[in-house]
Amino acid sequence: MLLISSIVTGLAVGSMYGLIALGFHVTYAVSNTVNFSQGSSMMLGAVLGYTFAIKLGWPVPAAAAMSLLLCALLGLVIERTLVRPFAERGSNAWLMATVAGGIVLDNIVLFTFGKEPRAFPSFLAQKPIEVFRTGVFPLQLIIPVVGIGITIALQMAFQRTRLGKALLAVVQNKDAARLMGINVRLAIASSFALSTALAALAGMLIAPLFSVHSEMGTLFGIKAFAVAILGGISSAWGVMLAGLLYGLIEALVTAFAGSTYTQIIAFTVVILALAAMPNGLFGHAAAKKV
Amino acid sequence: MPARNRIPQVTRRLLMASLAAGAVAIANPANAQDTIKLGLVAAMSGQSAKSGEAIVRGLSIAIDEVNAAGGVLGKKLQLVVRDDESNPAKGVVAARELVQRERVAALFGGLDTPVSIAIVPFANQSKVPFMGVWAAGTPITRNGAAENYVFRVSAVDVLVDQALVAYAMKKYSAKKPGMILINNSWGESNEAGLKASLAEKNLPYAGIEKFQDADVDVVPQLTRLKDAGADVLFLVANVAPSSQVVKSLDRMGWNVPIVSHWGPAGGRFSELAGPSSQRVHFIQTFSFSGKLSPKAETVLAALKKKYPEIKTLADVTPAVGIANAYDAMHLTALAIAKTGSAEGPKIRQAFYAIDKYDGLIKSYSKPFTPENHDALSADDYLFTYFKEGEILPLTN
Repeated sequence: MLLISSIVTGLAVGSMYGLIALGFHVTYAVSNTVNFSQGSSMMLGAVLGYTFAIKLGWPVPAAAAMSLLLCALLGLVIERTLVRPFAERGSNAWLMATVAGGIVLDNIVLFTFGKEPRAFPSFLAQKPIEVFRTGVFPLQLIIPVVGIGITIALQMAFQRTRLGKALLAVVQNKDAARLMGINVRLAIASSFALSTALAALAGMLIAPLFSVHSEMGTLFGIKAFAVAILGGISSAWGVMLAGLLYGLIEALVTAFAGSTYTQIIAFTVVILALAAMPNGLFGHAAAKKV
Repeated sequence: MPARNRIPQVTRRLLMASLAAGAVAIANPANAQDTIKLGLVAAMSGQSAKSGEAIVRGLSIAIDEVNAAGGVLGKKLQLVVRDDESNPAKGVVAARELVQRERVAALFGGLDTPVSIAIVPFANQSKVPFMGVWAAGTPITRNGAAENYVFRVSAVDVLVDQALVAYAMKKYSAKKPGMILINNSWGESNEAGLKASLAEKNLPYAGIEKFQDADVDVVPQLTRLKDAGADVLFLVANVAPSSQVVKSLDRMGWNVPIVSHWGPAGGRFSELAGPSSQRVHFIQTFSFSGKLSPKAETVLAALKKKYPEIKTLADVTPAVGIANAYDAMHLTALAIAKTGSAEGPKIRQAFYAIDKYDGLIKSYSKPFTPENHDALSADDYLFTYFKEGEILPLTN
């Protein structure tokens, strides 16, 4: 029972890490930059979802769609103001700029949404169902399905569609891509919109299992970045699998060694894995052109 | 273009107006000689902002009563509030400013144990009485200073832990309780307290599990306690993490009694944890629910009059902040009245000289002695539970 329940827990929480980490993957694959405020985007997704669905009483699908749309817009704004001005000059300052942007966002939400954690009830997280003699909420089973589904969709989109190929072409050689008629700026901007939308989706999925507040994304964002690196940030599958793996390690360590050791062991495993495989578990070394 | 020019003009006007307002404030130093200032350092913003609001309300109602009866030493009492943002460093800066610039006669503290612990050495050095009205950390009052200026009208962790163990034994005939504690200094202080209390009663424990503020799922920890045979859980955590414990128990279908420190009282516990929040029995020092004493009726009426936003009893939740602050302010006023000059060392001695005070929480008799700076004891705690946003007392 302990084993089954920690596997269910681990997979559900792990796919959250995976979803946010996919956001890191998407922008990295297209532009070699990432948005370090992914945790805040996740929080904003949950806060907006709460505001529309609970406070304003919209139907949940409409609330979710609106929240995703607004967070995608946030992604565009982040790319335009916090990443592009630096990246186009060849500076790495987008790194600090996106971290700062996340802190600003957290604090804006603190003042507007309020200080108290709020509940985001869902019928999918009220009555537990029994799986292998362990109680789980249906939502806990849905989250990994959504996570894996999105990974497959992303992989297919990058490999099979024109747009996906165009996006990948951008990262290989911006000038060549531009000469081939690909709108490089649009490609990068849309990858940021997609990445914040993925984080927002993760936020809304986790909210009923958790509570909604301005700081809910911080730790998720950090762990998701560790997951992205662990998976080898250039592979969608790698990132999602690393997320699931990390979630499982956390839950199993807690269950069998005790919660005191969870963070120590989980992050030590990350460090050891990276020492042994510097490009991540599923990544491949970028060929350096001399 | 004209639209662009207008913005700085407006800003300039605002600036001038605020400067003017500031100048008036400086030129008119609130008739300094006619008042005795009392300082409050508490969380007025951040996640614990509601606690600061409750304390201000309790202190203000008491000050209004004292002032209506002629004040103290012929002077009116005046409250000066500073926000510590739950940050110890900011709390110390605020306390220093209140003592050195505002010249407050005494300081009051807020909800956060780490902030209060940071202020304690400063209060003792500057010989200004520091009255705790919420933070329960044991070393706040029991700080080992030769001249201890720190007093408290609130729960004390070490006594709370004794009360939790006694309640679990009496109510649930606990044989082997387990602990689920937040992983910070508050959880640690109670781990020590609970272990000591259990040892005193010769009771074994099933296990000690820690969890983090951001833990979504506490099932692994709880399953360990269940497998170890825990028959009651001791819970120490704030509102949001406490509700994660309740939700995880729901999912496991484990119907174990939960005896808790007062963390769940600090917010929307029944909203966050759902209907099962009623399972959690937690400690309080006071509740406005149930049959009220005449004193409690008077204070509640005064609260509703002064703060029209208070409509139901759910709006005076948690009541501990209000009630502790109210009694603490009256006790402080009584002490100052005995001094003649409102100087720190004299007030400290005067606290020991208070004989009787008929308060909101109880009738105090010799509330403070040189050996005991805590006005409330384990007998003054009551157990409560949350129902639809309201904290209701449990009859033992």
